[in-house]
Amino acid sequence: MAHFAKPAEGSWTEHYPWLGTAPTSYADSTSPEYYELERKAIFGRTWLNVGRVEQLPKLGSYFTREIDAAGTSIVVVRSSADEFTAFHNLCRHRGNKLVWNDYPGEETSGVCRQFTCKYHGWRYALDGELTFVQQESEFFDLDKSDYPLATVQCEVWEGFVFVNLDATNTTPLKEFMGETGASLAGYPFGEMTQVHRYRAEVGSNWKLFIDAFTEFYHAPVLHVRQAVSDEASKLQEYGYEALAYKLSGPHGQVSSWGGMSPPKDLNMVKPIERVLRSGLFGPWDGPDIGDLPPGVNPARHKAWGIESFLFFPNFMILIWKPNWVLTYHYWPTSHNTHIFEGACYFVPPKNGRERLAQELAVVTFKEYALQDGNTLEATQTMIESRTPVTTFPLNDQEIMIRHLHHTVDAYVQEFQQRTATLPAPA
Amino acid sequence: MPDPSVSLPPAFADLAPFGDWVLPTERERYDKRVASSMDELQAFYDALFPRLEEAVAYLEQVPYDDDMPTDAINLLWMCCSLCTVSFPVEAWRQPRVPDSGAATFNAVFEPAI
Repeated sequence: MAHFAKPAEGSWTEHYPWLGTAPTSYADSTSPEYYELERKAIFGRTWLNVGRVEQLPKLGSYFTREIDAAGTSIVVVRSSADEFTAFHNLCRHRGNKLVWNDYPGEETSGVCRQFTCKYHGWRYALDGELTFVQQESEFFDLDKSDYPLATVQCEVWEGFVFVNLDATNTTPLKEFMGETGASLAGYPFGEMTQVHRYRAEVGSNWKLFIDAFTEFYHAPVLHVRQAVSDEASKLQEYGYEALAYKLSGPHGQVSSWGGMSPPKDLNMVKPIERVLRSGLFGPWDGPDIGDLPPGVNPARHKAWGIESFLFFPNFMILIWKPNWVLTYHYWPTSHNTHIFEGACYFVPPKNGRERLAQELAVVTFKEYALQDGNTLEATQTMIESRTPVTTFPLNDQEIMIRHLHHTVDAYVQEFQQRTATLPAPA
Repeated sequence: MPDPSVSLPPAFADLAPFGDWVLPTERERYDKRVASSMDELQAFYDALFPRLEEAVAYLEQVPYDDDMPTDAINLLWMCCSLCTVSFPVEAWRQPRVPDSGAATFNAVFEPAI
């Protein structure tokens, strides 16, 4: 029995008829060849979120990002008071990696007045201009203005810094973020400067982890032992239903109930949660941040607790009722491995009690993520195995999964069609 | 015997024997948890949990800023360890997250305090 109303078509999935209702194949998550297509068709072409403006607080603040899925390393720098610039992390002299410390494959960050290559000392201004060449007179007709750092398109949406590695891209970030992004504009992300970042190497295809975090159908089962036993049996009996799903272009969002902050009955939660007034849904006494933008709890439902956004391809934002934010990023490193990043953003605590309440929310998130991550490895090994099973059913609460795999397929097909019509390289 | 190397607010000085749980990072707290036996985790929980209300009331009076006194920071970190330890004691009945195998999920950036 449905607890929350569904669209007139009878289901969320059928409200978006192009998705179909047939069982789904995960062949897109098991093959190295398909991953190569995704790298070119998706990660090399779409806007990718690589950080927040607060990570680049002053002129010359920079960080590097290793984007294996797009086959490159980039440097993002605050190049003037209000400008952010991104470059391929490559010295124009002989191709040395320009910015790194100790281990060339590891990401780094810092503040500098200019970039200096470790190899032969070539220097670049923050805007990428080549300003110094060691023994310049030894070169042949070298004009420094011909050798700036190779820029990467870089734009900011609501304080989130994005890059696009397709030099021919003509879609501004704001347009790419679409209606979904516009409906979230004005949320005070910039006030949530108390940040805890986590990172994990996960033995599964990147899409499988997004699949896990865009459906809550698993929550009453997989995470049952985190609830006290009365609550656990209630949850399993009730199951999970979202308040609403909304798909828009490649992006999507889920509105969820979440009456756990605070819970109606204190016996529903673990002892430490009662004392610290916090838990998975965040500190119960969240800060006042004013009115929410229209995209958060769009139905203004009383039972609302979380709004989860998936910005294609690999960036999720979860906005919680007690006014804090979780972000997820999934960075593929092969067809069956990826790096998962999770970050918790809070308004800075005013006292030690508030800091402690935030800590409990953060470590509860970690416990859940550990369970989720390991379950994915179990899934990956089996969908890669040579069983006769090739398709799998998806229910209406798994619409975001259907949409993600559908969107990936559309990008890959469009890329294949476009490149098939290009003349072969000479 | 109280451990003189870890200062705690006077009202919590009796918790000094658990001073080894005063750890400044989530990673250290989690590593200590998975390296401990259930008996050790239970002993720490049983000592601090009954005092948690009192600790929270104390910490509520302490502004969270760069001037936070060392003894209050130590109490905060000890209570953060209790958050980490609460899962094995209140839910899992084992130090590790069940079915988490070799999975890791590490803090790469967190507040200084």
